[in-house]
Amino acid sequence: MTALPDFWRADRGLRSWLLTTDHKRIGVLFFIGVSLSLLIGGVFALLLRLELLTPDRTLFSAATYNKLFTHHGIVMVWLFMIPAIPATFGNFFLPIMIGAKDVAFPKLNLASFYVYALGAIVTLVAMIAGGVDTGWTFYAPYSTVSLGRVGLVATGVFILGVSSILSGINFIVTTHTLRARGLGWFDIPLFVWAIYATSIIQVLATPVLGLSLALVGVDHVWGLGLFDPELGGDPVLFQHLFWFYSHPAVYIMILPAMGVISEVVSTFSHNPPLSYRAIAYSSLGIAFVGFLTWGHHMFVAGMSTFDAGLFGILSMFVAIFSAIKVFTWTATLYGGRIVFNTPLLYFLGFAFLFVFGGMSGVAVATSSLDVHWHDTYFIVAHFHFIMVGGTLTGFLAAIHYWFPKITGRGYSERWGLVSAMMVTLGFFFTFMPQFLLGNAGMPRRYYSYPDRFQWLNVLSTAGASVLALGMILTVGYLAAAIFRGDRTGANPWRSRCFEWRVPSPPPKHNFAEPPVWQIGCYAYDVEDHGSDDVGAKEAAS
Amino acid sequence: MSEAYADRASREHALYLGMWVFLGSETLLFAGLFGLYSAYRAGYGQPFDEALRHNEQWLGSVNTLVLIVSSFFVAWAVHLTRNDRLRGALWSLVAVVALGLTFLGLKAFEYTHHLREGIAPGALYHYDLLPDPAARIFFTLYYFMTGLHALHVVAGLTVMVWLIRRIRRRRIDAHHHTELELGGLYWHLVDIVWIFLWPLLYLTG
Amino acid sequence: MNELFRTLLGLPEQASTVATQIDYLHYVVITTALLGATGVAAAIIFCLYRFRGDAATENHRGPSAPFWLELMAVGGLLGMFLAFWLVGFRQYMTLQTPPADAIDIYVIGKQWMWSFAYPDGTVSNVELRVPAGRPVRLLMTSRDVIHSFYVPAFRVKQDVVPGRMTSLWFEARRPGTYDILCAEYCGLSHSRMRGRVVVVPPSQLGDREGEQSGDLAATGQRVAAERGCLRCHTVDGTPHIGPTFAGLWGSRVPLISGGSVVADGAYLTESMMDPLAKLHAGFPPVMPSYFGRLSAVETAALVELIRSLRDRGGGDEPLAPAPTGSLATPTTEVPR
Repeated sequence: MTALPDFWRADRGLRSWLLTTDHKRIGVLFFIGVSLSLLIGGVFALLLRLELLTPDRTLFSAATYNKLFTHHGIVMVWLFMIPAIPATFGNFFLPIMIGAKDVAFPKLNLASFYVYALGAIVTLVAMIAGGVDTGWTFYAPYSTVSLGRVGLVATGVFILGVSSILSGINFIVTTHTLRARGLGWFDIPLFVWAIYATSIIQVLATPVLGLSLALVGVDHVWGLGLFDPELGGDPVLFQHLFWFYSHPAVYIMILPAMGVISEVVSTFSHNPPLSYRAIAYSSLGIAFVGFLTWGHHMFVAGMSTFDAGLFGILSMFVAIFSAIKVFTWTATLYGGRIVFNTPLLYFLGFAFLFVFGGMSGVAVATSSLDVHWHDTYFIVAHFHFIMVGGTLTGFLAAIHYWFPKITGRGYSERWGLVSAMMVTLGFFFTFMPQFLLGNAGMPRRYYSYPDRFQWLNVLSTAGASVLALGMILTVGYLAAAIFRGDRTGANPWRSRCFEWRVPSPPPKHNFAEPPVWQIGCYAYDVEDHGSDDVGAKEAAS
Repeated sequence: MSEAYADRASREHALYLGMWVFLGSETLLFAGLFGLYSAYRAGYGQPFDEALRHNEQWLGSVNTLVLIVSSFFVAWAVHLTRNDRLRGALWSLVAVVALGLTFLGLKAFEYTHHLREGIAPGALYHYDLLPDPAARIFFTLYYFMTGLHALHVVAGLTVMVWLIRRIRRRRIDAHHHTELELGGLYWHLVDIVWIFLWPLLYLTG
Repeated sequence: MNELFRTLLGLPEQASTVATQIDYLHYVVITTALLGATGVAAAIIFCLYRFRGDAATENHRGPSAPFWLELMAVGGLLGMFLAFWLVGFRQYMTLQTPPADAIDIYVIGKQWMWSFAYPDGTVSNVELRVPAGRPVRLLMTSRDVIHSFYVPAFRVKQDVVPGRMTSLWFEARRPGTYDILCAEYCGLSHSRMRGRVVVVPPSQLGDREGEQSGDLAATGQRVAAERGCLRCHTVDGTPHIGPTFAGLWGSRVPLISGGSVVADGAYLTESMMDPLAKLHAGFPPVMPSYFGRLSAVETAALVELIRSLRDRGGGDEPLAPAPTGSLATPTTEVPR
């Protein structure tokens, strides 16, 4: 059998990239987009942390600072976190993992990339052309009266939301209709379950975000006034509408990372997951119950005690699903044959940071405690533990795990371990002090603060510098590896998962003919004779 | 045809599923507005209802009838196409477009009438016979909800015109008409959303 | 132990009566979080070491955990989370329910300052003076955007919303000065929107409610005339467009949406800011909102006026028959 050219080389020229319908190339395009967004959002973060080195003005005016944290939030949430794993690795691997040649609607896939790019450009242009200072949460009535490009930014984010919905539709239909022959719902890799559950949330929650931003944007530009008390509106209703999306949104951000972790844990311990169904069902559980907890962002907003109690209890339930996953991953290691590589180090970091971050979530769901913590740095620390300690770590784990499959090359394991430690430690020292700042009573979105909060702020900024260095280092050795890394085979990690049964990098249509897999994706009980090509075993058996 | 699908039947099944998922998304969009409406109605009570009573029931009801009939014509067009009666199907779709334009025309008439009275959305509202903030909120919601719906009607009409052209170019026939069925589904959604809007905005409780 | 945890966690002093209990729950929850995260990390590190291998070694997959063990672990964890929730919710209810003998003080939040008005008519733009050992209820509204009134040392916080009235209560344990911080982003100088609570020994403040209420009530009479209140409300029990002020204070007010509420300072303030929120049954919904149009002291003065008329002959007969066909759900009496 002649070797097919890999997807990088299959078609040449810029046009073949800009008009591609190959899900792998679209995944790469998204990767470029989200990485640039991560860089931009990270620069905003560094700038605001620099500003916070002193209790009053350090580098910027209050007006600029208020825009910095707003832009940081908007770019990180909508340009990076939401698409980071699904649109890149989801796009790249979902079809391969179910034995398909591509997604259900390849042209729609390309469209969702261009819609993303358009939304990102509009948002960034709005930031350059004046920006907004409302916080990424756009609370009314401030958002409808503030001087700033509220309408334009709202438009940009609305467009990004459309991209999110289009991707979600594509992945749901792909998973339902393109599974290879013999591949039932409980035979597919857990990463697919994670992307599937994420897509359900994207499709159902994002329209409500679009609605709330449209209402704020139209109010800002034309005085619609649905949340303006002077015109009979209720500002708290905006919060309900906004958080109805934005709470499930955090599950859009974490579920894919959990999917990555599921794959990394099994591959590097050479063990099937302790309970496949526990992970699969808990993903659906998170997606469903996650829609019912939005009120826990509003305990002091003026809601009734009854509502506060209800939202609090539901929040406790959603935490249990994550706990089930953590138990399962840890137990999966037990009795395994563990090879310690960079992705697994990211798992270790994820486990500590995500568990602590998740438990701090249980803490803030405890209503009386949240009264003190709401809108303080405790909350900032909580969500950064989950988003950076959880999702970004998962994103980095995914990069290091699938790098050989996507590029056909390996990176320096030593640099991988070093930068993983730098990122984890840098992160820890950025955000752990923020828990203490919140306890001490420092509210969030504060340009200036009481002097006694300074030392913790300095510590946090120091940590952020280490985190930034770790990230830069990561870019460095990975870029070097793309061009000069050692070539790897199809399955350097000796994984059973399906994507490792195609060449590295995969050919344009993934498979020469529709695969029929006899050996399951977690069948580590099947003996490994040292060949790194499980596909050969299949052909032989 | 997409590389991914082995045969036409599978591809069509996928298109259907995709359309249903998309319709689910659209439903949530309007559901958010219904939620907002419910909250304000419950909070304001009587003065909100008074404003509601100011809307012309006959206008809303005629529009509901117009859309229901148009939905019938869409279904009829699909039925005719399945039976290879393409001329009839084409005229059925033309009827849909006509009814859709009628709907929009009646809405334009209603908006104009309101605007002349001073009933405008948000800050522009200045109807002195219903000075209550509840009335302002009701009418703002009315404009936004029916306006968003009207945008969807326009989108649906665009789809209908495209389908008419496809029939004329013989790209749709008894065996290949998935796009007609999916476009029809979209039109039905637009109709159903209106059937929910109608009692909320025109019929008193 | 309390001091040790409190200092390690960076918490401010426990200056209110509820703070200590809240902090105890905090210690338990955060310790559990730390132990949980460390425990998981330790278990993973243990496995990484114990089961390290390379291509040559064989799998030694131990027995998988029996289902009942998994169930117990998850059940135990859920039980613990629910226990946290229960204790926290009960504390939260305490935070939301002021004692009956609380002193009412009015707070207006606006970009970018706090304004306080006391029962005796004084106003302060920086300082909230309260006696130690007495519960204090704050009745708050905003002139512009959403703010949030936060006193870390008391462990209390409540959003301050335009167009409606929210409340918060606390009892300071001992004299001292404590920071007030705005905790909801409100624009340019959000981080400078601060104040202070000055807690003084009770002897220094005394009960001035009765003492000077006459002055405040007189101010209220003037305000009521100047602002047009008396166009619709009478002070002598005569029925008119709006409910009479005579005998209104402390009476049970039937609401247009069903249910009823006691006419106290909170209800009266809310009715000025958001008249349609709890509309008196039997009266037309024509009262305009005074949100943004009354200062804190004017609001206090009007309330004091109505309070001073509590013993005058009241008993309101509505001018118009009660409207029918209300669709709103009955209101609860929990302050919003």
